[in-house]
Amino acid sequence: MKDPFINRKYIVMALVITGFLALIIRLFVIQIVKDTYRLSADNNVLRYVTQYPARGLIYDRNGKLIVSNQAAYDIMVIPSQTSVIDTAEFCALLDITKDIFRKQMRTAINYSRRAPSVFLKQISDANYARFQEKMFLYPGFYVQPRTLRKYSRPVAAHILGYVSEVDEGLIKKNPYYKSGDYIGKSGIEEAYESELRGQKGVKIFMVDVFSRIKGSYADGSMDTVAVQGEDIISSINIDLQEYGELLMKNKRGSIVAIEPSSGEVLSLVSAPDYDPGLLVGRIRSENFARLQSDTALQPLFNRALMASYPPGSTFKPVNGLIGLQEGVITEDTKFGCDQGYLFVGCHLHSSPLNLPQAVANSCNSYFCQTYRRVLENKKYGSVEEAYIHWKSYLNQFGFGSRLGTDFVNELAGFIPPASYYDRFHGKNRWKALTVISLAIGQGEIGTTPLQMANMTAAIANRGFYYTPHIVKAVGHEGKIDPKFTLKHTINIDTAHFESVILGMEGAVGGMAGATARVAAIKGIAVCGKTGTAQNPHGKDHSVFIAFAPKDDPKIAIAVYVENAGFGATYAAPVASLMIEKYLRDSISNKAMEQRILELNLEENIKEDETEHKPVE
Amino acid sequence: MKRSINLWNSLDKTSVILFLLLVIMGWFNIYAAVYNEEHTRIFDLSQRYGKQFIWILAAIVTGIFALIIDNRFYFFFAWFIYGFLMLLLALVLVFGTEINGAKSWFEFSWFSLQPSEFAKFGTALALAGYLNTRRHDLTRWKVIIPASAIILFPALLTALQPDMGSTIVFIALFLVLFREGMSPYVFVSGMLAIILFFLTLLVNNFYLSIALVVLALLLIWFATRRWKIALGGGIIITIITAIFYLINHYVIQSIDNEIILLTAVLLSGLLVSWYIYVKKAIAVFVIFLFLLGSLVFVNSVDYGFNHVLPDHQRDRINILLGIKSDPHGTGYNVNQSIISIGSGGLTGKGYLQGTQTKFKFVPKQSSDFIFCTIGEEWGFLGSFVVIGSYLFLLLRLIFLAERQRSVFSRVYGYGVVSILFIHVFINIGMAIGIVPVIGIPLPFFSYGGSSLWGFTLLLFVFLRLDASRNEYLV
Ligand SMILES: [Zn+2]
Repeated sequence: MKDPFINRKYIVMALVITGFLALIIRLFVIQIVKDTYRLSADNNVLRYVTQYPARGLIYDRNGKLIVSNQAAYDIMVIPSQTSVIDTAEFCALLDITKDIFRKQMRTAINYSRRAPSVFLKQISDANYARFQEKMFLYPGFYVQPRTLRKYSRPVAAHILGYVSEVDEGLIKKNPYYKSGDYIGKSGIEEAYESELRGQKGVKIFMVDVFSRIKGSYADGSMDTVAVQGEDIISSINIDLQEYGELLMKNKRGSIVAIEPSSGEVLSLVSAPDYDPGLLVGRIRSENFARLQSDTALQPLFNRALMASYPPGSTFKPVNGLIGLQEGVITEDTKFGCDQGYLFVGCHLHSSPLNLPQAVANSCNSYFCQTYRRVLENKKYGSVEEAYIHWKSYLNQFGFGSRLGTDFVNELAGFIPPASYYDRFHGKNRWKALTVISLAIGQGEIGTTPLQMANMTAAIANRGFYYTPHIVKAVGHEGKIDPKFTLKHTINIDTAHFESVILGMEGAVGGMAGATARVAAIKGIAVCGKTGTAQNPHGKDHSVFIAFAPKDDPKIAIAVYVENAGFGATYAAPVASLMIEKYLRDSISNKAMEQRILELNLEENIKEDETEHKPVE
Repeated sequence: MKRSINLWNSLDKTSVILFLLLVIMGWFNIYAAVYNEEHTRIFDLSQRYGKQFIWILAAIVTGIFALIIDNRFYFFFAWFIYGFLMLLLALVLVFGTEINGAKSWFEFSWFSLQPSEFAKFGTALALAGYLNTRRHDLTRWKVIIPASAIILFPALLTALQPDMGSTIVFIALFLVLFREGMSPYVFVSGMLAIILFFLTLLVNNFYLSIALVVLALLLIWFATRRWKIALGGGIIITIITAIFYLINHYVIQSIDNEIILLTAVLLSGLLVSWYIYVKKAIAVFVIFLFLLGSLVFVNSVDYGFNHVLPDHQRDRINILLGIKSDPHGTGYNVNQSIISIGSGGLTGKGYLQGTQTKFKFVPKQSSDFIFCTIGEEWGFLGSFVVIGSYLFLLLRLIFLAERQRSVFSRVYGYGVVSILFIHVFINIGMAIGIVPVIGIPLPFFSYGGSSLWGFTLLLFVFLRLDASRNEYLV
């Protein structure tokens, strides 16, 4: 058998020999030619000092610094490098007891004899200064500088989140983090952790037997440089945020304000809240446990994103819009109201009303009849079919699913699918009247304050919205996730929005029977809608949505004041104050401001038995 | 009885001795890598070296079995073994346990198995079976394509895990096709495509594109032996690129630089086409096509990687390519590894005296980075002995492969050579920083049952085939 390719065996051999020769030459270079890698006998220990980059800072939308860093010092220990020491003197130096010393040493040895572990966390500046001087007496111990967070104002805790030490589980999962490192939890700190944290570096030093640094190893050629974390420009207006938190003191509820033209969240208040400074440094774990166990106030629970309420009458504009788009009513369609429609009651007002008047008067009958026409539309084969169509409009407004914001925890809310009613009543066994309470935002439906603010922004924009987001830009070059510049258009004509907005303007601006006059601001065209969210566990929640100015909306807002009753009573004034504060930076109605600041709803809150799961 | 005596007589003892030498050196080095004061007994089963001892015993039993089985078994069951192992590779994607970001292990209650380590053996066997029956005419595409498919199928399955190391090992089997007659042009362009693929992921594409253009111009210079042509081509491309760049910068503003360069090269080609046609400059034409092909290739790989692959897959590939895997910044792992090896000097620090490797600064010391311990404790001399042993073994195996009478045995032998070579080269190359960090064990050395058994099976089946090289298979 003749093999024409037999000579190729030499090529294969040559390839193998060349490959191995390359390995040997390289080994010769690093092991024999370069002496940088070799260590002399008396400084035969290398120390790897992690270079922690400064965590990125957080600014508000106007460039005001909200979160910065402060230095802290951890004492680290490498058990295998320690020698017999005067424990008493050592403990006195650091203000610790011998028990703590023994306990910490045991923990460190259990972790690793040769790798560094944290011996003492965040020692005081005074202890640091003293220890620094005497450190050479204690081989195996050294100081690791770290940075802690510092807050310029005690506000916006729910937005910012906090930073805490990584736990064992995470260290196993993600090799970037080592024992004693910090990581962002909740809020911006968690959502933008990878941008804020930067990249650690390592400096390698030669150390003698007395733990003294003898110099940089291999002239620093093996070191890696720490990369500073990127700064975050938040979209919030810190002054507005502070004012909102002040207004919500001694109350329970939330405020979400959005700039309609961009989807940027201007303010997001969830009351009760806490001072973010409580979760920094050595006091952190104790304070955190306290906040977590406060089941009465639940300060860690972010209502703005995580609480789901029936939207109540604030939902009427959307149902009006769907009616218009489906062609079952026009702006001029009038419905009579005799203090109610079938079994749904209404308050006393003039009758009949057209659509803008019905919005301004918040007439239940009008929207029940509209909703009935929507569901009994001959265009669709069945009520179920029409219902599915109606629900698709709501989904376009961002209801029933997560909006996809840059908040870590966000509730989806609930818009019942048709099958939900099939289950209770049987397929094709339910009619428009079965679900008529949805017409006025009551019943099985659940929406979050954030979703309501987003809906308001979509109305203000006359039919589109940008996904709400809390970060305006990452880094000073203004990078932003492209999903936040994606326009979500709602399939409803702009003209229809004008009809509904006319009614919302009337509700505040004093059309006959207006329900929200209290929210009016002289010189600013505010459009709003009151609402009452039914609460089976206690007094109803006061809800108000609004945007202003009418023609060039700068702010869209949703306010929830829990256990405060009718929407106009408390939520509307809060919204009005927030709008004026944002647009004018001053308050004209001092009396109303005073009334809200003094309002204390703690009694009502105590009677409420609603349970929320606090979320870390 | 007579048969077993014959077997012993015709067994290649040199290879067996080298095998035993490597396995024992490996075991002692794993002991050194894991060594700590609390556990000093080398047979301590709670430690890796203790377990490795059990794996070694099992490997020797595996080797003996591979020798006892009739040589025709491997020939007749090649496809069956291949099919079974491919099935395992597919199943591990579904039922496997994810370790270090790759789904490549079956985990049972008392031990875990990595099917890809055995699939290498199966693929070499199937390749041998195919080329034997087809009279191995690798000059024809009709043979090249199915043969490539046998190799690429497991390469694809392991890439999905994703276990880039194993993928590369399978691809190394193309060396066998080259030995058996595949055109060197096909072989070289295939290898270039693979190298370019990795460069695309590792290097900035714009610079890579520029480098390709410069390389093409240099090739034109060497091919035509006239620098004016290369310079002229360079000037034309530069001018057209500049014009496009300015247009994009001021008017369109959305086109990537790489695409501008690609378009410019294409237009330059049209411009000089008359020259190529008139002067019949075939070499220039071929080089130009090569350049254009490479640029399109680079851009499409980049596009596929950044736009088509889902995020988590991309992250995984990045991690496996070592792009994001360094917890302490770029190059940390490799730096640590080089420091330990470099600190070994000529003669090393002595057995168990390594300081760097003891501090757990080097990751995966007993598996992927086992060479650090060798380099640090045994120095250049020790490293030389280890590499020399591998070289000796590989050259011996090539010699054995060439003395086979059947195509089946020779192809299989070259399969063994390719697999072992790529493992040794990448593993040591990675530890000394001339190859990107790709997790792949050092044959017979690294800790781990699956890889040790896989390699033992691979080698001893070949030694079995070699032992009866004078018998006919069919
Ligand atoms: Zn009414």
